[in-house]
Formats: sequence, C-alpha cells, structure tokens
Amino acid sequence: MVMVNLIVILLIGGLLAILSERISDTMPRKVAMAVVLADLLYLLICLSGMPEITQLQAPVANDPSTWLMHFKADWIPAFGISIELALDGISLLMVLLTLVLGAIAISASWTDIVVRKGFFEANLLWSLAGVLGVFMALDLMLFFLFWEVMLIPMYFMIAIWGHENRGYAAMKFFIFTQASGLLMLISILALVAVNHSGTGIWTFSYFDLLNTEMAERTAHWIMLGFFIAFVVKLPGFPFHTWLPDAHTQAPTAGSVILAGILLKTGAYGLIRFAVPLFPEAALNFSYPAMLLGAAGVVYGAVLAFGQTDFKRLIAYSSVSHMGFVLLGIYAWNELALQGAVMQMVAHGFSTAALFMIAGSLQERLHTRDMREMSGLWQQMPRMGAVAMFFVVASLGLPGLGNFVAEFLVLLGLFQINVWITVVAATGLITGAAYSLLLMQRSFQGEVNKKWANYGLIDFGSREMLTMAVMMIALIVLGIYPQPVLDAAQPVLQSLLELTASPTVDVVEVAQ
Amino acid sequence: MNATMFSSLAPILILSLTSIVLMIQASVKRDQSVAWVITAVGFALTLWGASYARDFTQPVTILLQVDHWSLFFTSLITLASLVILVLSRDTFSPEGERKEEYYLLLVLSVLGAVVLIQSSHMVSLLLGMELMGVALYAMIAFPERGQLPLEGAIKYLVLSACASAMLLYGFALIYAATGELSYAGIGAKAAAAFAVNPMLIMAGSAMVLAGIGFKLSLAPFHMWTPDVYQGAPTPVTGFLATVSKGAVFIALSRFYMDGALYQYSGLNTALVVLAVASMLVGNWLALRQENIKRLLAYSSIAHFGYLLVVLIALAHLDAGLISQSITFYLTAYTVTTLTAFAVVSTVAGEDPAKQDISAFEGLFWHRPLEASALTVAMLSLAGIPLTAGFMAKFFVITVGIQSDLWGLLAVLVVGSAVGIYYYLRVIFAMSKSIEGDGQSANHLEKLLVLALLASILVLGSWPQPFIVYVGGL
Repeated sequence: MVMVNLIVILLIGGLLAILSERISDTMPRKVAMAVVLADLLYLLICLSGMPEITQLQAPVANDPSTWLMHFKADWIPAFGISIELALDGISLLMVLLTLVLGAIAISASWTDIVVRKGFFEANLLWSLAGVLGVFMALDLMLFFLFWEVMLIPMYFMIAIWGHENRGYAAMKFFIFTQASGLLMLISILALVAVNHSGTGIWTFSYFDLLNTEMAERTAHWIMLGFFIAFVVKLPGFPFHTWLPDAHTQAPTAGSVILAGILLKTGAYGLIRFAVPLFPEAALNFSYPAMLLGAAGVVYGAVLAFGQTDFKRLIAYSSVSHMGFVLLGIYAWNELALQGAVMQMVAHGFSTAALFMIAGSLQERLHTRDMREMSGLWQQMPRMGAVAMFFVVASLGLPGLGNFVAEFLVLLGLFQINVWITVVAATGLITGAAYSLLLMQRSFQGEVNKKWANYGLIDFGSREMLTMAVMMIALIVLGIYPQPVLDAAQPVLQSLLELTASPTVDVVEVAQ
Repeated sequence: MNATMFSSLAPILILSLTSIVLMIQASVKRDQSVAWVITAVGFALTLWGASYARDFTQPVTILLQVDHWSLFFTSLITLASLVILVLSRDTFSPEGERKEEYYLLLVLSVLGAVVLIQSSHMVSLLLGMELMGVALYAMIAFPERGQLPLEGAIKYLVLSACASAMLLYGFALIYAATGELSYAGIGAKAAAAFAVNPMLIMAGSAMVLAGIGFKLSLAPFHMWTPDVYQGAPTPVTGFLATVSKGAVFIALSRFYMDGALYQYSGLNTALVVLAVASMLVGNWLALRQENIKRLLAYSSIAHFGYLLVVLIALAHLDAGLISQSITFYLTAYTVTTLTAFAVVSTVAGEDPAKQDISAFEGLFWHRPLEASALTVAMLSLAGIPLTAGFMAKFFVITVGIQSDLWGLLAVLVVGSAVGIYYYLRVIFAMSKSIEGDGQSANHLEKLLVLALLASILVLGSWPQPFIVYVGGL
C-alpha cells in the first residue's frame, strides 16, 4: 500500500496546489514543496520501519516475495491486468532520485513561473507521480500506462510555460515519445499473446512473463519494439532529436525533470524489461546497441561543442552522457551496470543543477545566447562558482559522482569490447572541451558592457541551499559511492544470474 | 408473427409510435418545446423497450434478427440520439416556424438506424439505410440560411444515391449467383455458388462493400465527408458521425459474419486496401485542416480504418473476441465523438468562423469544463491510456496480433503517430494564454458534457465491468 500512497499523495497534492491558488498567489509552490517533502519523508519512515533495509537482501528477480515491497490488486482481470507495484534496490534509488529532484524542480520554479502557478505546480506533481509509477509498476500494462500518462503533464508544462518556440518543441516531444510508446504497446501485447498461446493464461505481470518461451525471431522483434521505445526516451542516437528542442524550450523546472528524471525512465526500462524479458535476443543485439551508445557519446559531444545556446549545449551533453548509460547496460556485466546506475543518479544531479543555472541566467538576462554573455563571474561570483563546480562534475572530474559512473562503465566495457571503449573514452575529452567552453564563454572573459549596469542579482539563499543539496550529493557519490553500489548490486547480480541461467534458455518453438 | 415477436420489436414499435405522435402534435399545435419533450420521452421509452426486448430475442420474420448484440447497439444509438437531442434544442430554436419537423426527422432517422442494426436480410438493410439516409438529407439542409448546409446536403444526397445504386446492383448480382437475399442464406449457398461462378460473387460483394464504404466514408469513398461534416448543423454532424456510421458498421459486420464472406481472400484483400487507405488518408489529410469539424471528419475516416482491422481479423479468429472488440470500439468511438461534438456545439454554435481551431485559443482559461472535455476527447481519439479510446485501440491491436496482421498494425502505428499531431494542435490552441469572454453553456449542456467526460474516463480507467458485460452479449 505504501507505493500506492506515494503516488496518490502526489496526485492529490496536485489538486491541492490548484485549489491553493485561490488563497494566495505564492501558496501553490509552498503546497507543492510540502507535498513532495512529505512524500519523501513518508517513504523514508516506511523504509526505516523495515528490517531488511539495513542490508538490502538479494531479490530473486522472478519471485516478488523477495523484493523490498510488493503490492498486487486486480484491475482488468478479463485480460489479466492488475495493479502490481514492487520495489527493489534499483527502483528505490530511482524513486529517491525522483523525489529529491522533484523538490529541486519546485525550488527552480519558485520565481520562474509567473502565470497560472497553481496549474503549473499541479502538472509538476502529476508528472512526478507518473514517473514514480514507471519506476514501481511491474504489470506491463500499468507500466505502459504510467509511461504514457506522465508525458501529458510534461507536455502541458512545455506548451504553456515554455520559451519562444514552445509549441513546436512540445509537439515534437509528444509525437516522438507517443509513437515509440505505441511500438512498445504492440510489443507488450505481442509478448502477452505469445505467453497466452503457450500457457493459455492472460497475464501482464512481469514475474509471469519473465520466463516466456518463444522462438528466437519472435523474441528479436518484440525486444526491438521495447528497445526503440526506451532508446527514444533515453535518448540514444539517432532518436535524440526531440531532446534538444524539448529541453531548451521547457521552463527550468520542466528541464530539470526532463533531464534529471524522465530520461532515466528509458535507462530503467532497458535494465528492467528489455534485457531480462528477452535475455538471448537482447544480448545478441548488444553489439549494435553499444555502437549506438558510442555514437551517442561522440555525436552528442561534438554537437554540444557547436552550440551557442546555453541550454541547448547542456541538452546535447545529456545525449553524450546517456550514451554511457546505453553502453553500460549492453555491456551487461556487473561493473558496467553499476556504472550505468551510478550515471543515472549522478547525471540527474549535475544536469539538473546546470539547467537551474541556465534558468537563472535566462531569468536575469532574458537570453540563453552565450555570445551575449561574458564575464558574468564578476557580477555574480556565487553563481559562477556553483556553475564551475557542476561543469567540472559533468566533465567527469575525479572525486565527483560522474567520474565514478563513467569510469565504471568504461572499465566494464573494456572487458567486452576494447575498440568501443576507446571510442567512448574520447567522450571524456570532448566532454571536457565543451564543458569548459561553456564556462569560458559565459562566466569568464571580459565583462560584457551590456550587463554592466543591469543590476544582476547573484544567487540568494534559496538557490544556494538547492545547489548545496546537489553539490553534497555529487561529492558523496564521488568519494563514497558504496551505498548506491550496495543498493544496486544485489539486484544487478540477480538480473545477471537470471539472464545467464539455463532455465530461460530460448526454446525453439515451431512457428 | 406471434405475440412475442411484437415484444421483440418493442424498440422499433416505440420509435414508430413516437413519430406518429409527433406528426399528430404538429397538426394540433405547433410548439417546439412540446415536440422536444415528446421526442425525449420517445427515446427514453425506446431505451426501456430495448431492455424489455432482451427477454424475447429471436429472429423476427426473415428480415430482422433481434439478439442481445443488436439490442445493445439499439440502446447505444438511442442514448447517442438523446445526446444529440439535448444539443439540438438551442441550435434549432432560431429556425423560424418549422422547427418541429427536425424532431420528426430525427426520430425517423433513428428508426432507420435501428432497423439497419437488426437487419438480417438485404431488403431490411436497404430499407433501414434509406430511411436513415433520407431523413438525414433533410436534417443536414435544415438551417434556412447559409449555403454550406445546402451544399453538404446535395453532396450527401447525390453520393448516397450513387452508393445505394451500387448496393442494389451488388445485391442483384449476389442474388443472381445464390438465389438468396438473407445473410444466412447467402452464407449457406455462397461457397457452392463461388465454385460455379466466382466472378459473380466477388463483383456483387465488392459492390456491396463499395456502397457501404460510401456510408462509412472509407477511403477512397470519403470525398463527401469533410464538406458534409462542415456544412451540417453541429448536432446533425454528431448524429451522422456516431449513429449513422455506427449503425452501418454493425450492418456490415453482420453481413460479413453471417454471410461468411470472410472466407474469400479476395474480399479480405479489398478490406485491407480500404483499411490501409482510410488510416493513411484520414490521418494525412487531417493534418492541414483548420476547421475542427473537418478535422473530426478526417479523424473519423481514420477511425473506421482502424475498426476495419478487426473485421479483417475475422478470417483468422473466432467471432467472440471480434464482436467484443467491435462493441468496445464503437462504444468508445461514439462516446468520444459525441463529447467532441457536444463541446464544439456549445462553444462554437453554428458560426463557421468560431469552428476554426484558432477560435478555440485560450478556452482552458475561460471555459475550463468544456476545454477539459475536449482535451480528454482528443486524447481518447489519439488513444492515450486512461481514456476509452486507448482501450479500444488495445482491443484492435490485440486482435491484430492474434491474427498476425503485422502489416496492418504497422500502418496503424504510423497513422496513430501522425494523428497525435492534429489532436494535439487542438489541445495546444486551447492552452494558449488568451483571455476570452466567459459566456457559458446552459446547465443541461454542462451536465451532458460532464457525463460524457466521465464516461470516457470510466471506460478507459475501469473497463472491467463493461468488458464483462460486452463479453456476455
């Protein structure tokens, strides 16, 4: 029930945020913040009450009773669809990341949003609820539902409160993700139909579908449907073109949620569904997938280097960083997978912070064009220092979370394929180039006369507090990553065992 | 005919009686509100009649087949007609002296639709289709002023006449081959006749298909649709889109199932061509529309393309899941389309300038209820989860996968992806920050919109009871 409550609290919180606008103009953001923090607190209290949390037990992937939490209730029994939620180490990490970044996003919207504040905060909370659902749902239909529905509030956030080209960006975002979602729906239904023809039972439960027997060719095509849907969301090359537009045009809070959380749903889907459901087909496909990942790393970095728009540069850097996640997942060994999970968390914080800085700059300068910025450090030293921190975090400075992540991925990948590792490693160099370029163009150099008498306001205490949370998180992840690795390790271990075990060997079924 | 047969015919008898009462009323005292009440009572009684007749399911003569499936659709289109009736009141009150006739036409048209749904014989099929169609011509042309309604009505009249002619010629050919006019009779003798003279059966059923294709506005027989949708008064467009098309589709499925036509691969290929063309043409042409009624016209072309996939799957699957899917899809489509037209009717009225998508800008902020309803309707048409339209698409895809229709499913994905664009355009326009006048609809219409909105969401988020009910039909 805890998991249902987590989602319901956010849904009701959204309604409260709309209603609270009647009390006062500043009420919605306070309500939204209170709701997210309450949700986080509730989760932590429930977790601390559980004896297993002290040492996450190794869950057996296809036995829900070994998971941290499991909830199941009938929904559409006619088709074997149920409301099935479950939580293991990886989902827990993602849920925690979602709630923390959710609070950060609300903080980012504090002064950024000036019209229809209640509806904005409601959309923010609803999209968080959808993301939580994605990370916890283990009924494939329920998963698909959250997957699609979380996009609608996001669409509204871009379409209503976005920047100058919001209509185009929102539309592109929605069409890309919906069309790929439709592919996933067909794959889900095909998988269920295969299972139905084998066992005579309609079921959408992950645990029942894990051992579906099917012909190699069938598995390949169904897997491909899942793969494309998740890679579009990740986004992997060449399905990334929606991302720069959506991220650039979204309001700051929207960018934070998009980059920090929504992209992770794609990676999570690959780890949770695309590979375990079709172990053989997915691992046969690992070479092309890794090539796409490496291409994403390099291509994203090169394009990021060519940008003049502050937000667009960060957006392309996301493409590059998520390429590492794709590489880590399809290397499919423990080191690389640990790296992928680590990257999901670390990239969530570093990109969210960079988008917040971009948002603050836009709020003050009314432009995102780096050619018009220069020497901003002198006028806003605090913001400059913070930006420096997150830029070096993003380029992978040892001692911060992103370094650990990318290093683990490369280490794991090296055991699988040396040449792809070499190509991917160049991403670290190009990453340093575009990151430092970003810093140089905007904060260093001569002071642009245009802003000299503009009365630019440096970060205040609210912003510094928000940034401090993310800084501490990245430092902890960089110096003492063990808790995150510990949380993910048993799950990854069981997934590796599951995909290696002979019981799931693909059986040739006569077509 | 025995006495229980009259009980089976309760919906048809009540509708006929209502039309007679309306005629008498018009000759005694001409009053629009009285005619409105009589019609409403008539429809309510028809609903009761449809549930009463459930205890007397049987073939009534060779012309009609009264079974649970047809009675369900009788109730559905009667409910839809009630919605149309509510919307019609304000639309036709400025129409001078002759507004009662509209209600008479509406009742006659519904009567035709019910006959069509229950038909099991080509004669009753034609009879129902013509009764429904002829009344509809007049309904489309009902507004006295303006050229668009007249243009729409003439187009519909001429093309419908062509379609009827084709239909009749198709009947004649099939009769020549089999010597039968009832669906079951054709089903029994077609195989033997096909062995003797395959061309006659193929040509005949192809012509029947073309005639029905006109009424369903399947591509490439869709040319009339946008003009008629735009020209007709909005409630009439809603009626055409839901009651008329729904009834014709049921007639087609019965003909196809009972006539066992699905066993001929040539016909299936023809249906595949129609389905693919409708999905692509409908979605493609909808992209460039500025008028929301024209947009809905093209969207309905695409939707009947999706629905045809289910009918094509009949060659591979048993009829149970097929008829369940058709029922769910048509119900979802009817509810969703009615919601869209209800909002268009209350917000835009009959003013063509207000029916442009750009005229809906800012609707979220000054008429939140209507805007939310239209948003949900658009999401449902696009097939987004938690709406009725998603469950409908779920059925289509399930059926498609089980019968290995991968090519059609690929087209469906492409079509739906294109479709999202124009549905979102409407939503995007409504979410723009533009202040407008806060005039609101009357309470009855608001209640109606709310009820329709709720039913889309209930069908989409808690479909289990309805699926069970439909499974038992």
